[in-house]
Amino acid sequence: MTTWWRRWSRENELAWLFLNNRVAQLAALIALLCIGGAALSPWLAPSDPYDIASLDIMDSLIPPAWSDIGDERFLIGTDDQGRDLLSAILYGTRLSLLVGLLSITFASVLGVTVGLMAGYLGGRFDAIVMRIADIQLSLPAILTALLIDGIARGILPRDKHDSLMIVVLTVAIGLSLWVNFARTVRASTFVERNKEYVQVSEIMGMHPLRIMFVHILPNILGPVLVILTVDLAVAVLLEATLSFLGVGVPPNQPSLGTLIRIGTEYMFSGEWWIVIFPSAMLITMIISINILGDFLRDALNPRLR
Amino acid sequence: MTALLNIENLSVKFPTRFGEFTALDSIDLAVYKGEIHGLVGESGAGKSTIGAAVIGLLQSPGYISAGRVLFNGDDLVGMDDDTYHQIRGDRISMIFQDPQTSLNPLLTIATQLIETIRQHSNVSRSDARQKAISLLKETGLTDVETRIDEYPHQFSGGMRQRVVIALALCTDPELIIADEPTTALDVSVQKQILALIKSLCAERNIGIVLITHDIGVINEITDHVTVLRSGRVIETGPTADVLGNPAEEYTRALMAAVPRLDKRLDRFRNIVSDDELNSDDTDWHIQDASAAYASQWLLSNNSSQQRPSAKSDNNHDPILSVSGLEVTFNSGQPGWFGKERGFKALTNINIDVFPGEVLGVVGESGSGKSTLAKAIVGLVNPSAGSMMFKGDDLPPGRHRSRKHQARRQIQMVFQDPYSSLNNRQTVEDIISEPINFYNLSTNKTDTRKLVASVLNLVEMPQRAMLKYPHQFSGGQRQRIAVARALVAQPEFLICDEPTSALDVSIQAQLLNLLKDLQQTFGLSILFISHNLAVIRQMADRVVVLKNGQLIETAGTEQFFNSPSDQYSQQLLRETPSLTF
Repeated sequence: MTTWWRRWSRENELAWLFLNNRVAQLAALIALLCIGGAALSPWLAPSDPYDIASLDIMDSLIPPAWSDIGDERFLIGTDDQGRDLLSAILYGTRLSLLVGLLSITFASVLGVTVGLMAGYLGGRFDAIVMRIADIQLSLPAILTALLIDGIARGILPRDKHDSLMIVVLTVAIGLSLWVNFARTVRASTFVERNKEYVQVSEIMGMHPLRIMFVHILPNILGPVLVILTVDLAVAVLLEATLSFLGVGVPPNQPSLGTLIRIGTEYMFSGEWWIVIFPSAMLITMIISINILGDFLRDALNPRLR
Repeated sequence: MTALLNIENLSVKFPTRFGEFTALDSIDLAVYKGEIHGLVGESGAGKSTIGAAVIGLLQSPGYISAGRVLFNGDDLVGMDDDTYHQIRGDRISMIFQDPQTSLNPLLTIATQLIETIRQHSNVSRSDARQKAISLLKETGLTDVETRIDEYPHQFSGGMRQRVVIALALCTDPELIIADEPTTALDVSVQKQILALIKSLCAERNIGIVLITHDIGVINEITDHVTVLRSGRVIETGPTADVLGNPAEEYTRALMAAVPRLDKRLDRFRNIVSDDELNSDDTDWHIQDASAAYASQWLLSNNSSQQRPSAKSDNNHDPILSVSGLEVTFNSGQPGWFGKERGFKALTNINIDVFPGEVLGVVGESGSGKSTLAKAIVGLVNPSAGSMMFKGDDLPPGRHRSRKHQARRQIQMVFQDPYSSLNNRQTVEDIISEPINFYNLSTNKTDTRKLVASVLNLVEMPQRAMLKYPHQFSGGQRQRIAVARALVAQPEFLICDEPTSALDVSIQAQLLNLLKDLQQTFGLSILFISHNLAVIRQMADRVVVLKNGQLIETAGTEQFFNSPSDQYSQQLLRETPSLTF
């Protein structure tokens, strides 16, 4: 029996490895469910957690539906405002993923550009940029993010805070993650730079920018792809941490981190579901994305096989 | 006399995602004590797989699907792991190709030898050291007592291979499997190592399986030879019989494809028909594209009217003239305080290349051949000297502007076809890049037509332009690299070891191709090679380099018949050849 994907997988090594790796398949399925659920939250969620009018304080702190005093309207219970937790998680994941994706895009564009130039040009540019990267690396990512966040809050006018918060978060998280990209890309560029196909272009007299972005970049996309997945998880986690600390997204648009922060206050008074479900969602998503990243790293690096 | 090693009906298979691949198909082989049995074949013939199967180093997921490997009458295939481990450490040893990687760089030679000796026999540390010293002496290393405590990086390639051989002898084995033991070495060192292997075999009365792709090496030292192709035995027997009077067409062709040192041939015999090509490949055409169109385009657009009528006509001005060239590499980073110390890769080089001539550059590794090429194309900054190209001053290194004419007129073909093509571009993108870059074509249809035609010219199907480099073999990739150099309409081509990564049969094809192109378009070529026989077939004049210095410049015939310099004579003497 040769189905189309088997035939296709014979052409494509990555696909073949994927079809023979149950763990990666499971991780991909879960990650897809999380991302799909988040992206379609306005249609999937039972209610709109942002709509204050629909909330009823009488519904507050209802336990999950399967417990004795549960309510079938709220599958996994409600929080202190009477908000449906399932809807809040779906919307929260959407926000977390949005910030994560935006910041990782920002970090990768910045990091890849800097890394390519440092690796290809070498010399003084390389020395200066990489020392900056070293300094950055000696600070914990969360500290960098807090610092940038704090500065932005100080500079921006107070009434713009809420609307610009997502942008500030993106920049803060992005700036704390670009180093990973820059270092890896620089190392790979060093290797590629000495390969003969690059020398051919140099002999022809091609512009260095063209050599970097047209010739070298496609050849080092493998490692970039790996960091992209692993750091996406890190970025989502950073956003959650910042929101947990209360410096993240505005409270009227709760992200996963905000939900967990609210939940911790009720942890010891018996309302466990408020903290457990958002945390479980975050952990499942992070782990599945990380496993996918690991799979990609192994699959794209022939020496590990 | 019973055989030391008897391989019966051995088959090895590798399950892949394309189904099972048969690496060895019913191999029969017998190796006796005191003889060297050569396994020869091109890459993919299964020579190394035989060695790996005997010593149990088959790469997973490969497995032995049928047959027996009898060592002194015991079957190694069905043996339990403990007994097998005893035998293969103790009585069968292996010598690998690359002495750089087969020694642990972090341990001294003494540690590695003593550890191996003590692993297999119960002797004291000092006894083991004594034995190690005597073994190293046996392999011809001098000054052993002091050098034994040094690290592998302090030895040269040839010395390191001697240490590896000593390591293989540690346990007094009865059988040694040598997998391309001299391929990574220069000819002069290769000669010594081969002599060492031969004398060890005779003195110790051990059996040696010598795996090599070089039929010259086979001719030099083996007693028996087995010719392999695609996992099958083509021919086997005493070396003198097989090579002197080959029964099989393939053996004959394999020998014919080896460039000869003693005479110059017009063309090599073509052994392998391109059976990889299917009708799918040949049916696909771009309208009006053909090899003829490509040659017409290459000839017509070329600006140089001064095409030489006769070769090596010394009345012409040289197309390239290098004088007093020096290249200095600074060792490591100069640092902020230390004084820059340099290593002279090239010293006072003077070379003239005349239009339409092929100048061969010969030398061992480290002689500066490639540095010379890189200095000419501007990849390396010379520290002194000047270059003239077509009568004009050629600015060196980074002083050469990106738009300089010579950047188009001088093209280069590199050694390693696996790294000289960008794997993420299609062949069409790769070949059309110079056309677009130098504005040699007016529109896209024309460019496509040119790419297809040039592919035909280098004897590739036009359909190849749709594929990616990794879908091609080494020889085909090198053709693509030649095509890329050609479309720039160069007048001067530098070939840096263009065939040393290829099998002999593929090498023969590529050399034929280069010859044809050179004659058709009157290209001037700087042909760099460590292989004297290849130089003999290709070059009109020869330049010998040693440690960055010019040793000798001579016409090819004169050089091969009566070299004037002592070093050149030594080089010629040490190259293994096929003459009887």
